[in-house]
Amino acid sequence: MLTLVLAYAVVAVAVPWALGRHRRAMACAAAVLPAATAGWAATRAGRGDLTARLDWAPDLGLTIDFRLDALSVLMLLLVGGVGAVVLCYAGWYFERSERLLVGTLVAFAGAMTGLVLADNLLVLYVFWELTTLSSFVLIGVTRPERAEDRRAATQALLMTTAFGLVMLAGFVLLGQAAGTYRISALVADPPGGAAARTGMVLVLLGAFAKSAQVPLHAWLPAAMVAPTPVSAYLHAAAMVKAGVYLVARLAPAFAGDGVWRPLVIGVGLLSLLAGGVIALRQHDLKRLLAYGTISQLGLLMILLGDGTRTAALAGAALLLAHGLFKAPLFLTVGALEHETGTRRADRLSGAWRRMPVLAVAAAAAVASMIGLPPFLGFVAKEAAVEAFAHGGLDAAVLAGVVAGSALTVAYGIRFLYGAFGGAAAARPRDHWGLDGPVVVLAAAGLAVGVVPGALQKAAGPYAGTLAGDAEYKLALWHGLGLPIALSALAVALGVALFLIAGRTFPVRPVRWRILNAQRDYDGVVEAILAGAHAVTKRVQIGSLPVYLGVIGAMVLVVPGTALAAGLVRGQGPDLAAADLRAWDDPVQPVLAVVVIVCALAALRARRRLSAALLLAGTGYATGGLFVAQGGPDLALTLLVVETLSLIMLVLVLRRLPERYPPRRRRLPGRVATGLVSTCLGGFVAVFLVVAALSRDTRPVGPGNTRLAIAEGAGNVVNMIIVEVRALDTLGEIAVLGVTAMGVVGLVTSGRRRPEPSGGEPEGRSRWLATPGTPPLGGSSVLLEVAARLLGPTILVFSLYLLIAGHGRPGGGFVGGLVAGMAFVLRYLPGGRRELATALPVRPSALIGGGLGLAVATGAAGWAGGEFLHGTVWHAALPLAGEIEVPTSLFFDIGVYLLVLGLVLTILTTLGASLEDEDVPDGSERP
Amino acid sequence: MTGPALVLVVTVAVLFATGFDLLMQRSLIRVVVGFMLLGHGANLVLLLAGGAAGAPPLLGGGSARTMADPLPQAMALTAIVITFGVTAFLLAMAYRSRRLLGEDEVQDDVEDRRICAEHHRDEPWDVPPEERDPLEQDEPEGDGA
Repeated sequence: MLTLVLAYAVVAVAVPWALGRHRRAMACAAAVLPAATAGWAATRAGRGDLTARLDWAPDLGLTIDFRLDALSVLMLLLVGGVGAVVLCYAGWYFERSERLLVGTLVAFAGAMTGLVLADNLLVLYVFWELTTLSSFVLIGVTRPERAEDRRAATQALLMTTAFGLVMLAGFVLLGQAAGTYRISALVADPPGGAAARTGMVLVLLGAFAKSAQVPLHAWLPAAMVAPTPVSAYLHAAAMVKAGVYLVARLAPAFAGDGVWRPLVIGVGLLSLLAGGVIALRQHDLKRLLAYGTISQLGLLMILLGDGTRTAALAGAALLLAHGLFKAPLFLTVGALEHETGTRRADRLSGAWRRMPVLAVAAAAAVASMIGLPPFLGFVAKEAAVEAFAHGGLDAAVLAGVVAGSALTVAYGIRFLYGAFGGAAAARPRDHWGLDGPVVVLAAAGLAVGVVPGALQKAAGPYAGTLAGDAEYKLALWHGLGLPIALSALAVALGVALFLIAGRTFPVRPVRWRILNAQRDYDGVVEAILAGAHAVTKRVQIGSLPVYLGVIGAMVLVVPGTALAAGLVRGQGPDLAAADLRAWDDPVQPVLAVVVIVCALAALRARRRLSAALLLAGTGYATGGLFVAQGGPDLALTLLVVETLSLIMLVLVLRRLPERYPPRRRRLPGRVATGLVSTCLGGFVAVFLVVAALSRDTRPVGPGNTRLAIAEGAGNVVNMIIVEVRALDTLGEIAVLGVTAMGVVGLVTSGRRRPEPSGGEPEGRSRWLATPGTPPLGGSSVLLEVAARLLGPTILVFSLYLLIAGHGRPGGGFVGGLVAGMAFVLRYLPGGRRELATALPVRPSALIGGGLGLAVATGAAGWAGGEFLHGTVWHAALPLAGEIEVPTSLFFDIGVYLLVLGLVLTILTTLGASLEDEDVPDGSERP
Repeated sequence: MTGPALVLVVTVAVLFATGFDLLMQRSLIRVVVGFMLLGHGANLVLLLAGGAAGAPPLLGGGSARTMADPLPQAMALTAIVITFGVTAFLLAMAYRSRRLLGEDEVQDDVEDRRICAEHHRDEPWDVPPEERDPLEQDEPEGDGA
């Protein structure tokens, strides 16, 4: 069965692709698979069930179950049989080769096949939504440029998916209540309780929307803009039956529930009558049929939801009969429209003379629809009357069914009269490609009606699962009795109704205010859009500071309140027992005051440069605090970073105005900002103290010391960075590489590459390698000398830091930063030419090389068992004696190169590239 | 149970408060400065999570004091470098904003502002009114499907 569903997927793609040039061959080839499905289903009729199972994710309890039982056989006959006929018809109906349409029709047939075979609620849901999606495509595919078509397609999609989601919620409730998502197991042992009952109602809502039951039906008449084969297949024979099918599938489990029958039968009756009445007022033949479909689906709901054996037999017969009469009627309209150019009854006249074969076939289909013997529709209607002929509350249902039948008779005759009636003198000109399918389907309705035994055999096992009169059999003749009398009554009433109200096209206008589902749907859509607009308007106001403020306030409101509440209730740490002290080291308060003063001054600064300098002050003082806390590596790194950041800031600031723009924020805004920030700072501080004092397990950090001893490494921090947490470090340097790319992109994109500047500045005695212009203006011999003399020294020192990182303070990060400083020193007095001379390698090569080396070192670890596995090589060198080379050193070299590349990238972009800007006033626009 | 030194806690509070305040300003350079202040605060928090001050985590130093926890230090070290990279990125953005917009200020999102300003449209679909009522509609049809 899985193969069958997959075959549909293959055919849906392959046939349009291979035979797209020949529209008729394509359509017929596509029809083979649905026909084969129907044939296979026919051979399985009356025989036992087939199951198939695919374990998808068994650990999660997700399996794909399929099951072929009597109900599935019936649906497959309908889906495959009508599908094959409609596909053939499509080959002659369309003038152009509609590849997408044919492919989607096949895909739809596949989804429908999967839906009726699925034995798992979730699998069923997936196929259910697949049919919805294909319906969306099929409604809009031929004329996507027309607003009405797009609207109808969207409406169908929205309605069925919205209620599909409701149904999914119901499935989950049912599945959780039952402990299984297998439909057969669920039906055999239905879950009880409020949750299961809620789930059941939600599932029914989904089924009602799919089967276009009043008041969720508006999408179906709207969908009549679809091409006729689509309407015939999806909106008459197959897709709209999915809801009815689901009701039939679950009826054995839930029909006994107190909610089920009133809900299903009530909605069914409403649809039956309302659909019939509205159909009687249509002059567009397709819309007439659409409302007729709503009406008939209502009847199907009643029969299949009733949960008794006779009703189920009647429902099964009507299920098949409806496909066999409604699809040919749609196809008839399509043929008429194809030949005459209109489907409006008031513009058609005398078509019976022009297309007699079509007229006869359509008349046969209508006869089945209104329940005349010996058609299948009659068999079904007899059984339906029989099922409710027991008095009591059933009598009301019976009255409804008879009234619905009378309406069916009336709009059936109205259809025939409107489509074919009227006077005309024309020669017969039948179009066999279009008439053939109609004849085939109508004849099938007759054939099954004459031999109802076969249907009895097929549907019997399903009906047998329900309680009720075990004797009743589908038959043409049950003798004189109530059913035949009521059938005759319905026909008589219907003819009378037609004569009174159904003969004029179009009918006299009436203002109907009670039932206008389209207006309701539009109203709901309107309300949702308005609601979304209102919410967006209030929530998304587009101001970044406000968003940040909201985030900050949320931090205060949620964890902040929790923290405060905990402290108030006395759940905080015991302050008396805590070793609270003002400082560990006398230098700490001094440095802290510097940090605080600088930070507050940076907050108040009005000039950009002052802010940058104060920021650097904060950074250096923080570095001092790191030293006092016992982190020389950290302090070293921070000091270098601070220096580089300051230079970077200054390089950018020279392109910006000296002062900040004046603050435009008003007083309340400033107060709010200040309040949120202050509270946030306080919150972090309190949290820090509470968290530190609440620690109840030993920290894992010191454990790394033993590891370091084992590795022979002296610097524990560096050992952690390049060995214990090497994978983290790898990720971090990758981030740095990406950052560098981002900086380059932001600064240089959209700009022409500058021409190498010509004429060299001359005449000055220089200490530098190349003549150039200092980027920050001015020139200083002292700086030039320092750069020239100190540069190599700094580079050597950076190498020392890199190698010493194994045992002393240092490492790749700080080494790379220090090396970067050496080049900064060359750049500041000499400009970008000096930089290019000093390092002829492109920074991007350094970044790529560094990252590559780090990854390669990690990959080499696979030799030792795993990625980033580290070993130590021992070697004896002449003069130097024995040395140790840990593999982590190469990793650290990678880090060193990458960080150096990052610094140089920043220099060349923020520094050198900005030199080319002669007009820094921002007037330049892309 | 040894908590962090209180003077450092106060420092963290000030760094976070000033950093966040600057982050909420409109000038991008202020935002960058705020970001870096926040970065210092966060690094200090990481370090303080390791407990009280101690000797540098270097083996063979012969210090009598207890060694400071090396793990937060390792984390803070990479955090410092990452902050540096991100700062560079922010600066590049500030520069680009200045070049494209003529000022280094955070602008309000234009599209959001437009939504706030406009009124909701009455008609969600461009469909002629006569086609909005399925019962009364007189479909202008007949051109074939």
